[in-house]
Amino acid sequence: MSFITRGFGGRSRERDDRLPPGQTLVHDFPVLSAGPTPEVDTAEWELRIVTEGATHRWSWDEFNALPHEDVSTDIHCVTHWSKLGTSWRGVSLDTLFENVESQFDFVMAHSYGGYTTNVPLDELLNGQAWVVTEFDGEPLDPEHGGPARLIVPHLYFWKSAKWVRSLVMMPRDDPGFWEQNGYHIHGDPWQEERYW
Amino acid sequence: MQHLDGNALAGALAEFFSFDVTTAIARCNGCGAVDEFARAIVFTSPAGTVVRCNSCDHVLATLVESGDRAWLGFSGVSAIEVRRG
Amino acid sequence: MIGRPSVPRSGWHPATVVANTPETTTAARLELDVEGWPGNAAGQHLDVRLTAPDGYTATRSYSIASAGPATGDTTRVVLAVDRVPDGEVSPFLVDVARAGDRFEVHGPLGAFFVWQPAAAAVSGGAEVTGGADVAGGPTGGADVAARPVAEATRPVQLIAGGSGVVPFVAMAQAHADADDATPFRLLYSVRTPADVFFAPEFERLVAASAPFRLDLVYTREAPAGWPTAPARITREALAEAVLPASETPLVYVCGSTGFVERVASWLIELGHDARAIRTERFGGT
Repeated sequence: MSFITRGFGGRSRERDDRLPPGQTLVHDFPVLSAGPTPEVDTAEWELRIVTEGATHRWSWDEFNALPHEDVSTDIHCVTHWSKLGTSWRGVSLDTLFENVESQFDFVMAHSYGGYTTNVPLDELLNGQAWVVTEFDGEPLDPEHGGPARLIVPHLYFWKSAKWVRSLVMMPRDDPGFWEQNGYHIHGDPWQEERYW
Repeated sequence: MQHLDGNALAGALAEFFSFDVTTAIARCNGCGAVDEFARAIVFTSPAGTVVRCNSCDHVLATLVESGDRAWLGFSGVSAIEVRRG
Repeated sequence: MIGRPSVPRSGWHPATVVANTPETTTAARLELDVEGWPGNAAGQHLDVRLTAPDGYTATRSYSIASAGPATGDTTRVVLAVDRVPDGEVSPFLVDVARAGDRFEVHGPLGAFFVWQPAAAAVSGGAEVTGGADVAGGPTGGADVAARPVAEATRPVQLIAGGSGVVPFVAMAQAHADADDATPFRLLYSVRTPADVFFAPEFERLVAASAPFRLDLVYTREAPAGWPTAPARITREALAEAVLPASETPLVYVCGSTGFVERVASWLIELGHDARAIRTERFGGT
């Protein structure tokens, strides 16, 4: 019974061949959130990698002393927007995982505020993921995940956990928050892996 | 991030239930609070809707919609009390 | 979402715009004729769904300014929509929609943020009993059938910020139409005199025989000769203008998230029972 409403065009939508199927280009940076924005003091902040045998920790100062990289990449949100050529600065997960030993193949990213998302370890390594603290040359805004967020640009952006706090190794690919509630366990935008 | 009240979900939930879920009472698995859904805190975004307990922020329910499909999760409540008549 | 055909759903009605008139400098009053509209209780809302030529749809919730059967014409529904800058639906409704345009509405929705006069609550108020407050907690054990009666006799304090007044004009109208004896007060915070919604209606409601009092608070610009300088409402001003907790009023608060949060926390500090406070926040677009 749905019918077209005269004069309603919705948001304008641009096409570009760098866009995965079903995506449209945006120039702003929409905010998606499942709850209140956590206020994380860098004096209290720490990043952890937790394995079956050990917990690796970095304070804010220790994290900032690690080698940093500039990352320019396209990002694709499952809600159909993409943003091209975004600039980030942070630490490669190859650096963070350098001395981490684990038999497990999967990672659950946990955030301040309780959000979780799952990613296979081999999709976080080899220059595919970073923990970033800057966007466009500025410290990352809390609403965009500051002080630090994960970015995994080759997967839909819900995998790029804001306010990341720990990366916990796990033996199975257990679903995170959105993955338990309808979203795809993997989330490849080029395969349109949006939902179950 | 702005949030709404559970009351605002009446339309979305009416798509799936034959009664008004927003006036049903649920028990939060996080803190045990017993309250109407209409009083819960609702975060909406294009990715989905997250309903949180107004006492402890625990996630009570989620709603993800994709046009022809929808996913409704009540992972954070132990039961929903529905009144007859 | 984009490109997906929407599936037919129950509860959706075709609505035709009858009139679109300016309500304030940023808002419009929309009169709709809604096919199959079953009527609504005062305070309920509806969802508006717009569909673009490519199938893209956008849905937003709006409070209803009219209260169903009391208007005498149950297919007539009145909305008042404030334009949200950069919004997707409200600019269409305010600036583009004109008589004859059609879109879909879903409703009436929400049995929580409603008020009904005593007579209606006793005779046919079953649909709105679910959200009734019961002293002693949500499962306080009160006889369900008795709840709306108890509710209808409690004094009512309405508190609105900006376009949050829309559900309250419906409640005050239902109150006046029933010539209900319940004490009714509205504290209404607006930026300037030009931002007052339903000004002629409120003038009539204040003059009607049902006890209704309107307290306006101007935050940016007050009319000439107004006794207080324009300022955001404070806890002290709120305490002076609302029914005291000792009268155990039902309190309804509607406005932006920030307004509602501030007011609700002050009400609790002033001794109001959290369970007697009902809030409706709006995010907009």
